[in-house]
Parts: sequence; C-alpha cells; structure tokens
Amino acid sequence: MSNKLKTFTNGIIKENPVLVLVLGTCPAIATSTTVLNALGMGLAATFVLLGSNIVISLLRKIIPNKVRIPCFIVVIAGFVSVVQLLLQAYAKDLYNSLGIFLPLIVVNCIILGRAEMFASKNSVLDSALDGLGMGIGFTLALFCMATIREILGSGTWCGLTVTANLFDPIAIMKLTPGGFLVFGLLIALMNKFAKHKPKKELDCAACGACPGCAGGCPSGEKKEGGCEA
Amino acid sequence: MKEMIVILLSAILTQNFVLSKTLGICPFLGVSKKLDSAVGMSVAVTFVMVLATAATWPIQTYLLDRYELGYMQTIVFILVIAALVQLVEMILKRFVPPLYESLGIYLPLITTNCAVLGVAVLNIDEAYNFGQSMVNALGAGLGFMLAMVLFAGVRGRMENMDIPESFKGLPITLIAAFIVSMSFMGFGGVVDGLLK
Repeated sequence: MSNKLKTFTNGIIKENPVLVLVLGTCPAIATSTTVLNALGMGLAATFVLLGSNIVISLLRKIIPNKVRIPCFIVVIAGFVSVVQLLLQAYAKDLYNSLGIFLPLIVVNCIILGRAEMFASKNSVLDSALDGLGMGIGFTLALFCMATIREILGSGTWCGLTVTANLFDPIAIMKLTPGGFLVFGLLIALMNKFAKHKPKKELDCAACGACPGCAGGCPSGEKKEGGCEA
Repeated sequence: MKEMIVILLSAILTQNFVLSKTLGICPFLGVSKKLDSAVGMSVAVTFVMVLATAATWPIQTYLLDRYELGYMQTIVFILVIAALVQLVEMILKRFVPPLYESLGIYLPLITTNCAVLGVAVLNIDEAYNFGQSMVNALGAGLGFMLAMVLFAGVRGRMENMDIPESFKGLPITLIAAFIVSMSFMGFGGVVDGLLK
C-alpha cells in the first residue's frame, strides 16, 4: 500500500512535473495569469493525463514497440479532443480564455513523458495513480504561479479583490515576462529548500526525458526511455 | 501586400511566438546554449512550420470544414505534422545528405514542438487565407530564430558569471528570458506605426 501511496505522491512534490522536472513550461507560463485559468488548465491536463495513462497502460502489451510514440499521441489527442468538446459545451468562458493552449495539451511533454516512462511499463492501477499525482502536481505548480501573478498583477485572487489600496497592480506580472520571472524565482526557491542538488544546466533530464518534447540535447534523443533519474 | 508585411512583422516582433505567445519555450531554453545549435534548431523549426501550414491549411479547409469534421482537428493535425516530419527526414537523408547532416538531429525533436502545432491551429483560428497562413508561419519561424539567436548571445554572457547557488542553471536562464521578453515588449505598436 505504501508503494501505491509513493507512486501517487511522487508527482506532487518530489518529481513535480513543472518545478522539478521542468516539463510543460509553455502552458505553465501562458495559463498562469489568473488562478481560475490555471486551475482550469491543470484540471484539463489532469483529466487527459489520467485517461491516457489508463488507456496506454491497458494497451501496453498490444502496441508494437516501434510505433509506440504515434500510438501514444493518438490516444492523447483523443482525450484532448474530449476535453475540448466538454469545455466548449459546458465552460465556454474557460474554453475561450485557454484558447490555443487547450489543443496544445497534446504536445505537453508531461503527458507523453508519463506515457513513455511510466504507463507503458506499469500496471493500470499504478499508472492511474501516477497520472493523478502528476496531474495534481502540475495543477499545484500552476496554482502557485497564478496566485503570485494574479495578486501582484491585478490585485485580485480568483477574481476577488485582495489588495485594493495597498499598491498599484504591476501589470507586467500578468504578461509573458512576469511568467518567466515568477517561474524562475519559484524554481530557485525549490532549489534552495529541496534536498536535491540544483541542476547545473538544462540537460536531458529537463526536456530530453520525454521523446516528444523538442528541447534538451539532440545527441541524447535516441536514448530509449529517457532518463529516469 | 501591405497586409502580408504586417502579418510577417507582427509575427516576428510584436507577437513573437516565444517571447510573447509563450510557445516553444522548451527548445528556447534547451537548445539556446550555443549559437550554431540555436541557428540549426530555428532553421529546422521554420522549415517545418511552413511545411506544416502548407499541409494542414488545405486539410482543414477542404476536408474537415467541408465534411463538418472540425472536432477531429487536434488528432488530424498532430498526426499530419508527425508524418510530415518523418517524411522530410527521410527525403533529406536520401537526396540532400549535407542538409540532413546539419538539420537532421533537430527534426525528430520538432514533431511535437508546441510552436509548430500552435502555428497550424492559430492560422485556422485567425481565419487566415492560404497566403496569409504561409506568411504567418514564416514570420513565426523567423521570430523564433530571432529570439533564439538573441538569447544564445545573452546566455553566452552568463557563462562565467558568479551566479548565486540556487539560481544556477535554469532559474537564471528564466530570469534572463524575463529581461529579453520585457525588451521585446518595446516593439509594441511598431507594426501599426509602419502603416501610417
């Protein structure tokens, strides 16, 4: 049982996909402008992560190794389309404010990374727990970033005014530069207080870990399964 | 013509994909350490962006829209882009080995680069026609290249700096990206001014 718990909590803090593994940076910066957006994005990604992890884990013995990446992408794209249609029907505002980043969940490194590194090797229950944990970790990181950015940038939190007369909102925090700044400071904070050593450079562990993501080191790209460490 | 120039310039400067739309951050942070790999990566990205737009725009217009299959967009686009990249890789390998040598290693990485899918989807969302879409894709690619090259220079400068322990590596890179991105905000309004 403790093993299952470990699988679940792994993604929340120890291997937080955004702040520790540094995956999915694009949606993290783009959608953390307000807390509601961040939660919407986080939950949408969690749903896709959970669904795709379960399905890929179920199919892991059927999918031939050579074409596994395209297969994973089709499964993920299917779930993303489900989320898109659901949000379009029942949460039109959120659908509009997430905009292009909703279809772009397909190319979120976290999801393909978990499919490749975890779901294709583990049982259904473990994969579901892993997907849920990673999703919650992603949501939590976005939530933290969005809290800082929304309070500083618009003086509100979840749309409620919190700093009415304390200071003028710093508009740049809402824009892309503010996203880079808050993200950088949060990672520095994690480095300061977490036990693990700060990464010297942005290496394979950051982006090359997932075969789909376009970052990392080109030379290490061919390595099977990326780096688990 | 004027419209095309506006689309091109705003894709490069004011609506820069990396620094203003936050698409393609992974390669921006990951491959910008050396100037030559930054250039190689961005040439490959530009190439694939233009090709992907050339492939996805007709598919959306003549297939998905005509038969009311709009909900298939995400699945179709990502598969088309993945297949396209694979195809380009094979063609280059077979017929233009020197180009393959220099771009080849970046191509597989691009398949699921969010900037590529992003530009394909944005062209449809903005209701651009085919010509406008192609120009927008080219501009997005060039803007990506500009950001990469500038940032490679910035990172070169940080190489021998005395950086606080917990800021080493990614955090200081992000802080630098913050400053570069803020400087790009200075381009706001430039394109509108050109038209007057």
